Amino acid sequence: MIGEVEHLINGLRKHDPRAIGRAISIVEDGGESAEILLSSLDESLIYQTLVLGITGPPGAGKSTLTSRIISHLRKQDIRLGVIAIDPSSPISGGAILGDRIRMMRHALDQDVVVRSMAARGRLGGLCSAAGGVVRVMANGGCSTIIIETVGVGQSEMDIVRLADITAMVLAPGLGDDIQAMKAGLLEVADLLVVNKADRPGAEMLAMDMEAMIRNRKSARETPVCRTVATEGTGVSDLVTTIGSIDQQHRASGEHHHRRKKSFQLEVIDRALEIIRPELLSTLKDLDGKHELDPGRTARRLVEMLFLK
Amino acid sequence: MTEKSSKRYRVLVGKPGLDGHDRGAKFIARALRDDGFEVVYTGIRRTPEEIAAAAVQEDVAAIGLSSLSGGHVRLFPAVVEALKKFHAEDIPVIGGGVIPDEDLPALKEAGIIEIFTPGTPLKKILAAFRQACESYHHKASR
Repeated sequence: MIGEVEHLINGLRKHDPRAIGRAISIVEDGGESAEILLSSLDESLIYQTLVLGITGPPGAGKSTLTSRIISHLRKQDIRLGVIAIDPSSPISGGAILGDRIRMMRHALDQDVVVRSMAARGRLGGLCSAAGGVVRVMANGGCSTIIIETVGVGQSEMDIVRLADITAMVLAPGLGDDIQAMKAGLLEVADLLVVNKADRPGAEMLAMDMEAMIRNRKSARETPVCRTVATEGTGVSDLVTTIGSIDQQHRASGEHHHRRKKSFQLEVIDRALEIIRPELLSTLKDLDGKHELDPGRTARRLVEMLFLK
Repeated sequence: MTEKSSKRYRVLVGKPGLDGHDRGAKFIARALRDDGFEVVYTGIRRTPEEIAAAAVQEDVAAIGLSSLSGGHVRLFPAVVEALKKFHAEDIPVIGGGVIPDEDLPALKEAGIIEIFTPGTPLKKILAAFRQACESYHHKASR
């Protein structure tokens, strides 16, 4: 097993697509091999990368926009990775991963490493898996890594916390401004993108968002960019905006602060995964002996586990 | 969940060439999903090289190719050749679609492990994917 990991790490250094693909699978499946692999990676490479989160409702144009951003960054000769996360079926556990279709124009570009990932219905867990993939891609020479995910569920929002910068993509016709006010989606975004800006209602949406940003108490500035991803309009401005936010964050220490927070989040996520099986088996031992409410049972469970 | 979900198999479903009839490919993709597979779907009008490159990046355990317009004799083997170029010829390729019986020997010869024509029971197709994935992972974990 250690021999295989060494072989893969060598492959990562040489940017070998097969090795990167294999390494990501190992990390995604978790377990002992994943731990050995992850602990052999170069942390400094991981620190230098820019991790960009792209989120938003289904149909907003995230994948198409991501493809345009890739084209733009490739002109600057940046080698990059894309992690495209799609939901898993709660019934069969299977998934259709279709984000790649919008990015096929980069299929033969060896410097664009695209990986589709199914959310796999892990409670938490998704965060540690995606975090692992970021680490592998960084060691495979990707200096920018885009994580694309539907911004609806809690675990998807956790993914966003892995990112250094998060762009929220919206489009007209997907619901009114009340939808955007819900669920704290806007609070996590460093910038908003109103995509399909050539459609009716787009300017209204952009102005609503600008008004909402002005009205809130936070001192943080949240730029609103307008794009037409299918045509590439506005993408250059968007990339420039992302670049300047990144510079700002690195200068102010925000970058470091976020990395620290995402590290903590990933550790907690992994820790929970480690103890989950034990929690389950201890709970089975408790079964029948206690007729407590769930809250008290949980406390009792934790006490039993840690006092053992 | 059932025992079969213990290992999530990743497969790719793609359509090489200019054939835009994706009904079959989408049907198989959905059936695989409903059977617990993670299906990377690459859409219509892809070159064999694009499909092979995607399969390598996604580290899939099997590839399913669909053709309904007669290009299979050239295009299916071209995907196998492209995989060789990427040193990924160990990824098994399964074919399906409107394919005359007389073409089957040549496709098998070219390295397509199974070919399914209209009327094949879905169970048989799913079993073939599962078996292909199992043997791929068995070889990989040697």
